Amino acid sequence: MLRKRVMPALLLDGQGLVKTVKFKDPIYIGDAINSCRIYNQMEVDELVLFDIRASTRNLPIQFELVQQVVSECFMPICYGGGVKNLSDFRKLFYLGVEKVSVSSLIFENPQVIKDAIQIYGAQSIIATLDISSSFFRKSKQIYLYNGRKRIRKPLDEVLLLLKELGVGEVIINNIEREGTWEGFDCNLVKFFADNLSVPVVALGGAGTKEDIKKVVNEGHASAVAIGSMAVFQSKGMGVLIKFPKLKELKELLGNK
Amino acid sequence: MISIIDCQMGNIGSIVNIIKHIGCEAQVISSPEEVLNAEKLIFPGVGHWDNGVEMLNKSGLKPAIIKAVNDLNIPLMGICLGMQLLFESSDEGSKPGLGLIPGHVKKFDFDELPYELLSGPNRLRIPHMGWNEVKSTEKNDGVFNLSGEDLSFYFVHSYHASGVPKEFQLLTCHYGYDFVCGVNKNNVWGFQFHPEKSHKFGMQLFKKFAGIS
Repeated sequence: MLRKRVMPALLLDGQGLVKTVKFKDPIYIGDAINSCRIYNQMEVDELVLFDIRASTRNLPIQFELVQQVVSECFMPICYGGGVKNLSDFRKLFYLGVEKVSVSSLIFENPQVIKDAIQIYGAQSIIATLDISSSFFRKSKQIYLYNGRKRIRKPLDEVLLLLKELGVGEVIINNIEREGTWEGFDCNLVKFFADNLSVPVVALGGAGTKEDIKKVVNEGHASAVAIGSMAVFQSKGMGVLIKFPKLKELKELLGNK
Repeated sequence: MISIIDCQMGNIGSIVNIIKHIGCEAQVISSPEEVLNAEKLIFPGVGHWDNGVEMLNKSGLKPAIIKAVNDLNIPLMGICLGMQLLFESSDEGSKPGLGLIPGHVKKFDFDELPYELLSGPNRLRIPHMGWNEVKSTEKNDGVFNLSGEDLSFYFVHSYHASGVPKEFQLLTCHYGYDFVCGVNKNNVWGFQFHPEKSHKFGMQLFKKFAGIS
């Protein structure tokens, strides 16, 4: 049967990986290429790499670094950060990236996404939504550029936009949980999973294996991305590249 | 030397990477002449069926691939859309495929399945995306008799092969129902999954293909 995927979600800052808490206070984790090599040896299901600086500071995509990562990883790689035009998509796919993630492009230039889907197929274009409660209201809203820009659209409307674009997968990240080890926002994930027919990936908040199980069973996530759990020994402790074993995950998620 | 046919349909970079990783030589080719002179061919592809057929027709690759396989007996392995294009036709488009293996490509159809598979945590979504187990058929006793505990590959697709005669079925997978994910007829092989994204199982498969003489 189809396995529920569990994958590390890594934040690229320059040549190195960092880990943030609620998108703030980045802690240096290590060299990106070395770290990814270790995840490859651990045979993780998939790997997500977000360049947090390319998007916020308007820097070019680090194609060479992406190429080095991809050439040593024999699982699907999803890349996000600073993707602006069709030429970016073309270069990333040519290097061997399996999926390209978009966020700000969804709201600022959706036509490019439509064109990319037409050429590369929906399965390779992923929408990542960073969501948080706005300061004054209780309703949840989308944030772009690492939390710097708020999109004033109710989530219902965003849902319709995703359907209209026809992206192949959606990553749902709750900024308020990111890096906190407090568990996923299952309701938020469920809202998207139940209203979309494409797979939804839960991100933000994983602290224990039970959290992973919960967001699959209660949030209806098709896949789970973990950050802190994959790069720290435990909460508040030192850096350690690690990942739950496939056997443990299979038992946990009832994949046989 | 393994030649990878570049039809500008997706990421050939990862196929080059894994072939080099297992210690074999790979090159990317795009002209009909190169296809006819190849030792071994890999035909990858992602995207839309009609787009794929158009690329094959426009580039003149279609007659070259058919000749390479049927007359020159060059081994060919199709991956993903590259596998689907080996068949005669597809629900996804109106144009004819290569027709190297009898069969039709159809969309996953879950209408007849029970409700619990269409909602909740076990809802079957399209595309079929992720790692799934693969089983060998009785016919599969030859070069692609893969082994290993939890033999699984990475899949991403919304359409799958159907109506493939039993003698050409090599591997099957289960998603809502059983479907054929590996085929073989003479010197032509096709795999729906992405061996280049499937860790050790993928390496095993490329090694087997590299070992065909």
